[in-house]
Amino acid sequence: MEQLISLLDSTIRVSTPLVLAALAGLFSERSGVVDIGLEGKMLTAAFASAAVAYATGNPWLGLLAGMFAATMLSMLHALVSVTYNGNQLISGMAVNTIASGITPVLGLAWFQQGGNSPQLDDVARFHEINLPFADSIANVPVIGQIYSGLLSGHCILVYLAFLVVLPLVTWTVYCSRFGLRLRAVGENPHAADTAGISVVRIRYLALLCNGMLCGMAGTFLSVYQTGSFIKEMTAGKGFLALAALIFGKWRPTYAVMGCLLFAFADAVQIRLEGVPLPFIGEIPSQFIQVIPYVLTVLLLAGFVGRAVAPKAIGIPFVKSR
Amino acid sequence: MKFGQPSTLPRWAQLTILPALNLLAALLVTGVVTWVIGENPLECLKILVHGALGYGEGIGYTLFYTTDFIFTGLAVAAAFHAGLFNIGGEGQAYLAGLGITLTVFAFDKVLPFWILMPLCMLAAMAFGAAWAYIPAWLQARRGSHIVVTTIMFNFISYSLMLYLIGHQLIEPGSQNPTTREFGQNAWMPAMQNILAGIGISIPSTPLNGTFFLALIACVLFYLVVWHSRWGYELRTVGTNEHAARYAGMNVTKIIILAMCASGALSGLASVNELLGSTHRMNVLFTNGIGFVGVAVALMGRNHPVGIILSALLFGALTQGGLDLSFAKPMITREMVLLIEGLVILFCGGLENLFEPILASFFKRGK
Repeated sequence: MEQLISLLDSTIRVSTPLVLAALAGLFSERSGVVDIGLEGKMLTAAFASAAVAYATGNPWLGLLAGMFAATMLSMLHALVSVTYNGNQLISGMAVNTIASGITPVLGLAWFQQGGNSPQLDDVARFHEINLPFADSIANVPVIGQIYSGLLSGHCILVYLAFLVVLPLVTWTVYCSRFGLRLRAVGENPHAADTAGISVVRIRYLALLCNGMLCGMAGTFLSVYQTGSFIKEMTAGKGFLALAALIFGKWRPTYAVMGCLLFAFADAVQIRLEGVPLPFIGEIPSQFIQVIPYVLTVLLLAGFVGRAVAPKAIGIPFVKSR
Repeated sequence: MKFGQPSTLPRWAQLTILPALNLLAALLVTGVVTWVIGENPLECLKILVHGALGYGEGIGYTLFYTTDFIFTGLAVAAAFHAGLFNIGGEGQAYLAGLGITLTVFAFDKVLPFWILMPLCMLAAMAFGAAWAYIPAWLQARRGSHIVVTTIMFNFISYSLMLYLIGHQLIEPGSQNPTTREFGQNAWMPAMQNILAGIGISIPSTPLNGTFFLALIACVLFYLVVWHSRWGYELRTVGTNEHAARYAGMNVTKIIILAMCASGALSGLASVNELLGSTHRMNVLFTNGIGFVGVAVALMGRNHPVGIILSALLFGALTQGGLDLSFAKPMITREMVLLIEGLVILFCGGLENLFEPILASFFKRGK
């Protein structure tokens, strides 16, 4: 039981940046703009938030800075793919490469620690929050264990992601006027345009949401998880989030379940490191790391279910005259 | 997905002014960043140029990196011509390294250089092509998007190779995840040795015979893409898939072949790295060369001549950037990544930024 709870506990922790980034990608891709730049935006946000949190000693200002930096890159992506009708994939790749380049360059110049940021002080970091009564009922079987072991003791961003962002995104996409327009623009921009919806405006707004969520994801990594910025610290998480988004067929709840699944695989892998299993022996960690990517490939190919992308994805919208 | 919309610019301007303008924009932004971190951009540029082209060793390293980038650039361009964006050059080159290593391990005790070397090249191309074949097949037959699949395949290749190098191919007793050194009969002759044979002495660098192979590949690329039936089909599929299908071309086959050619070309970059320089396989020896290929192909406008020039540029940036990071402790070699990203941005994403301005300029001139 205790093993299981700690496993699920780390699943939630590992999944949080994935959830935020996947939901970020959801906005962009549902509006018809491919976003392979999640990785770069998270990395930039991780850097900006760590730098500002270090300078001001305030994690919330760090969060703001992270969201601002990621939004700037989102706007760049929007400028290329919406205003200039450029290739969205190439733009996303440019975002990633620019992020990998600029973060260590600025990092070295500002902190002189080989491109990383210094370790943040305790006040400058987000901390685990203990929910009320978590300690007192920790010994109650099952309920107490779940409450204090699994639900309590996470960083504020975790609660924000699961209790605020996820419902909000689901509501926005499916129940709000903006969400309807978002989906319309992503499926058939010409029809949406005929109905008087500004495709450009909706796509810019979508990328604005995208940037803010990416910023939260990046901030989680540097200002909470490691407590400092480390070169290339996203290490493919942006692509993993993209995989989860596809895995969830571009729907918020399913995408989040994809993130939880991938995070669970990750948590299991960390625990299995060097532990021989009965009959099979020791499983190399790489075998588990590879699962999300293989699953995504299989899903895209239609071998396990079918992932159908928003119809207008990747196609620049040129208003017919 | 379309690349390079028909342009209204004269061809010469498209091939000279436009890339130059894009490069200038990228360098300008980098210059501003350099200035922000408190260095003098012009001084840095001077150190960079000197580091890349100012002395014999620097030139050798520059051309060594150029060789890598020519192959990966051609690889990306081959797929671009068929309308495909192959972002998986990194994984394909990585897998090609496996092909090379397995071949060398099997035969470097028995076969002489003249048989082993071509065999290794074939193995590199075959493994690279095979790793590209799966995404290509999935795209052509199952309709899964090639970009996402190749991204996933990059990650799958990392895991696979980390496992293989770390657990299976590792040199016994070694602490580092690296294979044993290849036998000397599997070493690509170094340039200093080749040139010494005809009486020219140059400083010792990793530059090797693969450089000539890269130039030959450029010529072949030109002949195949613009002067062969298959190249015509390739470009037709890239321009208009429906028209190609209507004209009776086998689109599936062409997509798969284009990706395989792309993977094989990426694979040859590993020949340069492994057989030409390190003579053993390390973890992550590819070090991003597959991604540089995208920038090279975009800037070179998918033409071999352009690719050679932009590969040279990126080779010089890589080598000069290293020298710069030694000379200036405040500047890291990731500065080159920033330039690379900006080049991708201006040449690829923002290709419609300068073109209308230039086009109107040319129209007025008439």
